[in-house]
Amino acid sequence: MTITKGEPAGPAATAAAGAAARPAAPTTAAPPRRPAQHGERHGHVPHDGTAGAAAIEQARNAMLRDAKPLKRSRIGADVVCEALLRQGVDVFFGYPGGVVLPLYDVLGDYPELRHVLVRHEQGGAHAADGYARVTGRVGVCLGTSGPGATNLVTGIGTALLDSIPMVAITGNVPGALIGKDAFQEIDINGITLPMTKHNYLVRDADDLPRVFAEAFHIARTGRPGPVHIDITKDALQQETSAQHPTEAEVIAGLPGFRPNFDGHPRQLKVAAAEIARATRPVILAGHGVLHAEAWADLLAFAEKTSIPVAWTLLGIGAISEDHPLAYGFMGMHGWKHVNRAIQSADLLIAIGMRFDDRVTGNVRTYAPYARIIHVDIDPAEIGKNVAVEVPIVGDAGRVLRALTPMVEETPPAARAEYLAELADWRAESEASSWHGSGAWREGVLTADFVCERIGDLTDHRATYVADVGQNQMWLARYAGFRLPNSHVSSGGLGTMGFGLPAAMGAALGRPERETWAIIGDGGFQMTSQELMTLVQDRIPVKIALFDNKKLGMIRQWQEIIYGGNYHSAHLLGPDFAKLADAFGIPAFRARTPDEVDPAIEAAQAVDGPALVWFEIAETQNIFPMMPAGKGLSDLIEKWDGPEE
Amino acid sequence: MSLPVEDLDSDRSNGAGPAHSAPPARALPGSGEVNRHVLVAIVLNRPGVLNRVASLMRARNFNIESLSVSHTDQADVSRMTITLRGDDVAVEQVSKQLYRLIDVLKVQDFAGEPTVEHELALIKVRATDANRAEIVKVAELYRARLVDITEGSVIVEAAGSEPEVDAIVALLRSYGIKELVRTGTVVMARGSASIEEALKR
Repeated sequence: MTITKGEPAGPAATAAAGAAARPAAPTTAAPPRRPAQHGERHGHVPHDGTAGAAAIEQARNAMLRDAKPLKRSRIGADVVCEALLRQGVDVFFGYPGGVVLPLYDVLGDYPELRHVLVRHEQGGAHAADGYARVTGRVGVCLGTSGPGATNLVTGIGTALLDSIPMVAITGNVPGALIGKDAFQEIDINGITLPMTKHNYLVRDADDLPRVFAEAFHIARTGRPGPVHIDITKDALQQETSAQHPTEAEVIAGLPGFRPNFDGHPRQLKVAAAEIARATRPVILAGHGVLHAEAWADLLAFAEKTSIPVAWTLLGIGAISEDHPLAYGFMGMHGWKHVNRAIQSADLLIAIGMRFDDRVTGNVRTYAPYARIIHVDIDPAEIGKNVAVEVPIVGDAGRVLRALTPMVEETPPAARAEYLAELADWRAESEASSWHGSGAWREGVLTADFVCERIGDLTDHRATYVADVGQNQMWLARYAGFRLPNSHVSSGGLGTMGFGLPAAMGAALGRPERETWAIIGDGGFQMTSQELMTLVQDRIPVKIALFDNKKLGMIRQWQEIIYGGNYHSAHLLGPDFAKLADAFGIPAFRARTPDEVDPAIEAAQAVDGPALVWFEIAETQNIFPMMPAGKGLSDLIEKWDGPEE
Repeated sequence: MSLPVEDLDSDRSNGAGPAHSAPPARALPGSGEVNRHVLVAIVLNRPGVLNRVASLMRARNFNIESLSVSHTDQADVSRMTITLRGDDVAVEQVSKQLYRLIDVLKVQDFAGEPTVEHELALIKVRATDANRAEIVKVAELYRARLVDITEGSVIVEAAGSEPEVDAIVALLRSYGIKELVRTGTVVMARGSASIEEALKR
């Protein structure tokens, strides 16, 4: 058996001419762009001629226009700033420390590069992550050696599990001290090795241009992911005249990195035949659709074939939820009708998703009647969790654009019976959901109701950032997403404390959109120090604090699975209004359904960050729920205590 | 409603599910038939590449039986030979996961292909005047040779496939093995095809 890497990618669209201290303007013609439909395009795959590539180009040109010659010699720290600007970075998140001070010493010479001083490096990593998720561009964070570096680790892991393009920069002790257990020395390279797409230790400033160009290329190309660059203090201080490589030189220097973008034509033919045969097909849209900016291609494919679209947690926004073919959120806390459709499907067309255990439950009982077409850019995902009939390795957008012309046009009328059945299931499951049954009508402040109101009052056009736990699932189910990259959530690693700092980055990445962070009282108490960053850097995040005075998901599991043994589920919190006030952030409070709309509107009216303290029902559970190890057909829909 | 609590944490437990009409069980990836595989990875000789490969094998729960690393004919390219046990899909996963490493250029599984497979062993055996000649004879039978002879011991250098080396080690054990070192298997395909030349193109 021989597995070969794919063919080299097409010619790089952003080959930049290398130059010395201040590089010369690149002259490259962008390839023709397809018209944007559902949502704007902000690409991180410059090969594709996306708007992201244009933004990088624009930033680079602005930098070159405004560049003034340095009045001192150029050192490694200058190379770092130049490299960030060349990659179109307009903002990054950092925290200074002894060994990165040479970098902070030159930052003033690069006013185009905005540095946001976070309150904890973990916040910086999550902010870079949030920025990347809403823009599709590479997020950048920075920490010093030792504790600064280890504090980044949770954020890097979060980015790895969700395939987020990120470059994390750390300083390290001077090269001569490495291995001597110097002050604030830790083997951060060894720590990030298994949790990055790639990592570097740079001890010579002459290597910095190449390493940064490679790091950004690797982070955003193929399946995106975090790349870590560790730089010794003396490399940051060392004089250098090393030039920045062109994109072509970068690609040539990475012979082991050749992602395959185009699906194999033979497999596409087989897939088209499977689709023609299927009577109960379902599309499973994942994060890969968003990474590839393939929402328009997905829509074209779904509409031509009249196949309903279900989505994973990170696939939210791949299709607008008000589209007739948008069927719903799948998995452990997904809609019952969606899981039912998957369990009765005869064909699953999985695009850019990885059959995570939260999606499949027990694989043995997953989609028992379905054949599977699996499209993913990472060959290692194919056949990893489920055996598939038609594997297609490629970029979701390119595969869909190739596949759509090959499938027969199937109007909804040709699937009338199937679609009508799905519609019935949907009506039934929505009516029986907690929201449908409507405790909020009786004056109880339920979280699903709040999520729906936030969605409506923001016209479904905001960026919605979740923390982790029940709040995350309520948001995913009830806010109603219409735009791609409008939903930010830590899916793979499930990082509590992610919400507030990620919202910070998301708000800076998409300033034209309102940004709402939906956070439980548990997650909020993990990273609330970033409230001060919001104030100091004037970042207008609106925080919806869901306070049930509990670790809600823990409490739910303890109630249903651990026989009501509520150990450590009860969580004291401060007076959150006073807390916000101490930071200088206006706070509003809602305890009943009637108070929800005025509180949200009051927060929206604030010019800057604001907090709404929703004191929600203390014991509301999130249903349906698939217990770990069970299958999608074994959903618990309500819980009245164990039956005896 | 009561839950079979003992089942809740056992992922992929067989036949979980309520008593509705049993649908067909989905097959898990892989045949489950465990075999020995020899993987060759051609890698860029960059700092930490061995660490990356070893870390990946550990993190993905693959157990390495032997690992041998050496230079190739190209200055900046190294060759790793990894023997491990697993079913076909598990080993394919190893290959795919290895390909995700930026420094890995090519991976090939040589299981079932015509190859020359060799390892080398140095075996320090207790020897007396009475049995030294006998040990020499055993070594000759296995086309091994003595590379060091002292009053109380000899070092036998044996080369061959893993089973061949196993056999001579087993035979020498009766004389008393003082020390044993094996290089681990290296492998090369028979015929004119070359995994290295394929890279140069």
